[in-house]
Amino acid sequence: MSEQPSTPTIVASFKPGARADIAARAELSEIDASTRAPLMLFLVSAVLWLIVGTAFAIISSYKLHSPGFLGDIEWLTFGRARTAHLNAVIYGWATNAAVGVAFWLMARLSRSVVRHGGILLFAVALWNIGVTIGIIGILKGDSTSVEWLEMPTYATPLLFIAYALVGAWAVITFRYGKSKHIYVSQWYILAALFWFPWLYSVAQMMIIFAPARGTVQALVNWWFGHNVLGLWFTPIGLASVYYFLPKVLGKPIHSYYLSILGFWSLAIFYNWAGVHHLVGGPVPAWVITAGIAASFMMVVPVVVTGINHHLTMIGSFSALKYSPTLRFIVFGAVNYTLTSLIGSLMAARSVSETLHFTHFVVAHAHHGMYAFFTMVMFGAIYYILPRILLREWPNATLIRTHFWATAVGSMVYVVGLSIGGVVQGLMMNHTSPDGSVTYTVLQVVEATIPYLFSRSVAGILITVGHLAFAVNFFWMLSKKPVSQSSAPTLFRNPEEMELAAK
Amino acid sequence: MNRAPLLFLGIFMTLAFSWTGIVLINQISYGKLTPVYDETEGKTFPLTPTGLAMQGKRVYEDLGCIYCHTQQVRRPGFGVDDKRGWGDRQSVARDYIREGRVLLGTMRTGPDLRNVGARYVGESGREWHIRHFYDPQITSPGSIMPHFAFLFETRKIVGQPSPHAIQRLLPADYQPPLGYEIVPTRRADALIEYLLSLNDSYTYPQESRYIVTEPEPASETSGAAAPTTEPAK
Ligand code: HEC
Repeated sequence: MSEQPSTPTIVASFKPGARADIAARAELSEIDASTRAPLMLFLVSAVLWLIVGTAFAIISSYKLHSPGFLGDIEWLTFGRARTAHLNAVIYGWATNAAVGVAFWLMARLSRSVVRHGGILLFAVALWNIGVTIGIIGILKGDSTSVEWLEMPTYATPLLFIAYALVGAWAVITFRYGKSKHIYVSQWYILAALFWFPWLYSVAQMMIIFAPARGTVQALVNWWFGHNVLGLWFTPIGLASVYYFLPKVLGKPIHSYYLSILGFWSLAIFYNWAGVHHLVGGPVPAWVITAGIAASFMMVVPVVVTGINHHLTMIGSFSALKYSPTLRFIVFGAVNYTLTSLIGSLMAARSVSETLHFTHFVVAHAHHGMYAFFTMVMFGAIYYILPRILLREWPNATLIRTHFWATAVGSMVYVVGLSIGGVVQGLMMNHTSPDGSVTYTVLQVVEATIPYLFSRSVAGILITVGHLAFAVNFFWMLSKKPVSQSSAPTLFRNPEEMELAAK
Repeated sequence: MNRAPLLFLGIFMTLAFSWTGIVLINQISYGKLTPVYDETEGKTFPLTPTGLAMQGKRVYEDLGCIYCHTQQVRRPGFGVDDKRGWGDRQSVARDYIREGRVLLGTMRTGPDLRNVGARYVGESGREWHIRHFYDPQITSPGSIMPHFAFLFETRKIVGQPSPHAIQRLLPADYQPPLGYEIVPTRRADALIEYLLSLNDSYTYPQESRYIVTEPEPASETSGAAAPTTEPAK
């Protein structure tokens, strides 16, 4: 995915003697600068929501093994705290980060300075007001109890408008870009920006505003719920991997054709996969069968993309020592492959019989949304911020703490809770030779408590990581810019790590 | 740039495909299911819930019970829902057509509640729910279900003690100070009414058209014995 500097830029015309790569960089700086105001708003809100979401996460996790904790506070009851957590991290942290990173990538790859930045500023403000109102609504008892769509009706239209503005903006930027070529990352971003509002508006209409009858709602719910991951977060996560991996390594992505195959197979199969959430449920069997088939087929895009990333990475693993961006991105990419393959397996009827309705699913969701997506976003932010603010990350130890605490924390989380889920599922379904169930629900609950506890430990580790990140982030904002531009964000400072020409 | 229209078409078509298949076709094929009138029973099923039960459903939604409880029974032979006494038959689409919001749920930290109204019945059922909500440790020691004592009010007895006071149902260390009583709020009453109403034991004559008839995984149900009708926990 190497970009060719084509027509001379303004800078190059002023200084014809300048090397092409310097000119290209100057153009990038110009583009970066134009993204600064809206991007900073997106990222600052994302980081604030990350902290809020983490606080609710710890509270909910703790409540699940020690239910008396804060038990008399109605607005913090498990069902609400957990929901506030989900909405804060999905619509607050992840979406703000995703849109921020996506539009920065879009501006760079389209080689277009940000026009109409005001639209974005307005959109980001509206979005965050909407999320705030939504979460307050959930805490005070107005949740809709529709998974992933819990925000009350007085908040969601704001989100929709904000989103439409971002989408319109992206199309404008793409149309007026100077780049002749559509990069892989751009496919993913354009697709995601187009898919999300469709999913969101259909789901809102058919479940909340004009509810469909009976379990059609459940089909819409999981068509939406799963596709938010697969057609919104995953494409933006992958777009970031496709951009940053070659960028930081200074070599092109292994195979363009694999990228195409990966993209289209994802687009076709992921769509249908969501109904595997309803295996054994009161909906037509053929839809579920189709969902299971699509879930299996997801192996194709996952393996193709995984191979492509891995073959790009191969021979360059030593770079992980220097670049925090690379560390987070590679960690995320590896977990994308793992969680997706596990997900395909989970859809099988015989596996689902045991693991459906257990903590395993929760572990899996965090494997995808955290160990893959969130880690990739962290990596992207480590790369972008110095270029936007023209200053370095203040402290490498904080970055290291961030990486290790979240990497180890997320693995403890996923492994511990997955085992807990397997134990739960096996015990729930276990029958004695006489045909009766062996364990009561209370015995199953008791057996899972150590694993629920391991999740709280993991949560504390992750919180430490997030605090290190937030401190570094806001510390950086308060620093003075340095004069020399595009300083690479590295633990050390080897110039060759930074790609000279784009 | 000239490939952009093609790209957009592809992006559009892929989602349109699943939207049609998962959402549209199903809305057309079974989105208009109607209740069934049973002549022998003289009633229409599914039954219409009472107003109080509907309010209780709102409480169920706002407190997030769905994150620990499902309301869907799997068919005998697929999981052990029947053996746990959660329901003798699989939940079918028609069961849910009277519900403004369908609360199937995806998590079973606690038991399935689709037929909880068949397990806790009448006055004794109501009393069990009161004790359980006040603190699940009373009825189910070791439970991780949160307590919902905030759905009850401890208040000073003015004049006659309330006939609705519930402290007599609670163990000694939950008793209010002398001269005080504990009464359920309207939300507690509504929620309990809702739970008492959850009962899908009626079997529709021709549900098989819409029922999920999953291919029988004859051998792959790992060691699970053939469906029996034993009562269970
Ligand atoms: C943190 C998870 C959790 C939440 C939230 C939760 N429950 Fe439970 N629930 C459980 C567990 C675990 C059990 C089994 C042990 C017990 O009886 O307490 C249970 C049992 C029950 C039972 C008894 C079912 C039976 O067949 O014995 C009912 C009824 C019930 N819950 C209703 C509710 C309602 C109503 C809410 C919301 C106001 C709710 N639960 C919220 C975990 C939860």
